[in-house]
Amino acid sequence: MNFDISLVTGTIPKMLVGIGLTFELMFLSAIIGLILAIVLLLMRISGKWYLGWPAQVFIYVFRGTPILVQIFIIYYGLPQFEAVRDSIFWPILREPFGSAVVALSLNTGAYVSEILRGGVLGVDRGVHEAATALGLSARQKFIYITAPIATRLAIPAYSNDFISLMKATSLASTITLMDMTGIARTIVAQTFAPYEIFISLAIIYMILTFIIQKSFGRFERYMSKYVNP
Amino acid sequence: MTNTDTIPLIQLKNVDKFFGSFQALSNIDLEVRKGEKIVVCGPSGSGKSTLIRCINRLESHSAGHIFISGKELTDQVKDINAIRREVGMVFQSFNLFPHMTIVKNLMLAQQLVRKTNKVEARETAMHYLERVKIPDQADKYPVQLSGGQQQRVAIARALCMKPEIMLFDEPTSALDPEMISEVLDVMTGLAEDGMTMIVVTHEMGFARSVADRVIFMDVGEIVEEADPETFFNNPKHERTKNFLSQILQH
Repeated sequence: MNFDISLVTGTIPKMLVGIGLTFELMFLSAIIGLILAIVLLLMRISGKWYLGWPAQVFIYVFRGTPILVQIFIIYYGLPQFEAVRDSIFWPILREPFGSAVVALSLNTGAYVSEILRGGVLGVDRGVHEAATALGLSARQKFIYITAPIATRLAIPAYSNDFISLMKATSLASTITLMDMTGIARTIVAQTFAPYEIFISLAIIYMILTFIIQKSFGRFERYMSKYVNP
Repeated sequence: MTNTDTIPLIQLKNVDKFFGSFQALSNIDLEVRKGEKIVVCGPSGSGKSTLIRCINRLESHSAGHIFISGKELTDQVKDINAIRREVGMVFQSFNLFPHMTIVKNLMLAQQLVRKTNKVEARETAMHYLERVKIPDQADKYPVQLSGGQQQRVAIARALCMKPEIMLFDEPTSALDPEMISEVLDVMTGLAEDGMTMIVVTHEMGFARSVADRVIFMDVGEIVEEADPETFFNNPKHERTKNFLSQILQH
C-alpha cells in the first residue's frame, strides 16, 4: 500500500482547527470534574452514611459503565424525559457540547474522587495525630495538613486520569462535535485515506500527552520539594 | 520538690479502656500535681501509651473519670480542644508536618489555635528552637534533619503552645543511640524548669535522675508506683523485679 506523506502534512493543519474544541472539552470537564471529585471525596470521608453512600453509588455507576455509553445516554436518552426538557439544564443538555462536557465531567469526577481518596489515605496517621494533639479542629487539619500532603500523593495518578480525559474528548465526535477527531472523520469520508489521516491524528494526541505529562512532572517536582529539597 | 496545690493537675479515677473486647487499661487511679515528673515504664502492650493518650483524648476512655486542672474530659468537642491546648505531646515517631519548614511547623498551631499573629508566632518559634539548640535549622524541611533534631523540633513545637503539661510517648525509642542523649538533655532541662511531665520511656537513667515517681504498668494495670530510689533499689512486686532485671541486665 502507499503512504501519502503529503496527505499527512496537508491534513494536520486542518485537524488543528479543532484543537480549540478539544481544549475546551478537556479543561472545562477537568475543572468541573475536579470540583465534583472534591465534593464526592468530602462526602465519602465525612463518616456519615447518608453522604458516603450516595457518593459511593455515583462512583460505582460512572466507573462501571463505558464513557461512550454515558455520552449517548446523556445526549440521546435524557431528552426523552419531559422533566429534563423543562428543567434549567435543558439549554446545556440540548447541545452536543453541553452533553459532552456533562458526561466527561461526571466520569472524570468519579475517577478523580477515588484518586484523591487514595491520597488522603496515604497521609501518615501520626502526622494527623500530632495536629490533633496540638488542638487543630477537623477542618483545620484537612486544610493545612491532609489536603497539601494528599495532593502531592495524588499527582501521578491524577495526571494519568487527565491524559485519559484528553483522549476521551475524542468521543465527543460521535455526537456531531467537530473536535480534531470529528474533523479527521470528515476528511476520511472525503479522501478515503483512513491510514494517513488517523495516524496524523494519533500523532497530535501523542504530542498533547507529552506536554501534559511534562507539565504534571514539573508540578509534581514543585510539590515534592519538601521530600527532595 | 513536690508542689502541694490542693487540686491535682491530672487526676484519673477508675479509668478503664477497651479496644473491642481487649482491655488496655483497667481501673487506673493516678494523680499528678503541678511540677511533678512521672516516668511510666512496663513491657510492650502494658497500656503505657494508651494511658497518656487518654490524658489528651487521642483515645477516649471507656469508663471512669479523667480531670485536667479540675475539668473533666468528656465528649464535648470544645472542652477537648481547650484541654489539648494545655497538654503538649511528643510522639515516638516525631510526627512533624513533612510539607512545612521547621519554623512553620512551630508556627502553625500557634496561629490557628492560639490565634497568635505571624510575627509573634515566629518569635516564639525561634525562642524555642534556640532552647532546643537548633535555631539554624529553622528554614529546612523535616526530612533534612536527623532523628534527634526532629524530636527536639517536636518538643519545641509542643512548647510553643505554652502547655501546662507535657506528655512524652517513648520519645527516644525511634532514635539511633548516639542521638538519645541530646533529646534527654532537652527533657531534663524542661524538668528543671518545673514543667509537669509524664514520660513513657525505658531510659532508666533518665527515670532515676529526673522522676519524682516511677510507675510500672503491666497488662493494663498500675502494678507499682514509687519514688525512683525505692523503685529501683527495693521494688515490691515480683513483676516489677522481673521487668527491671530484664531491662537492666545489659
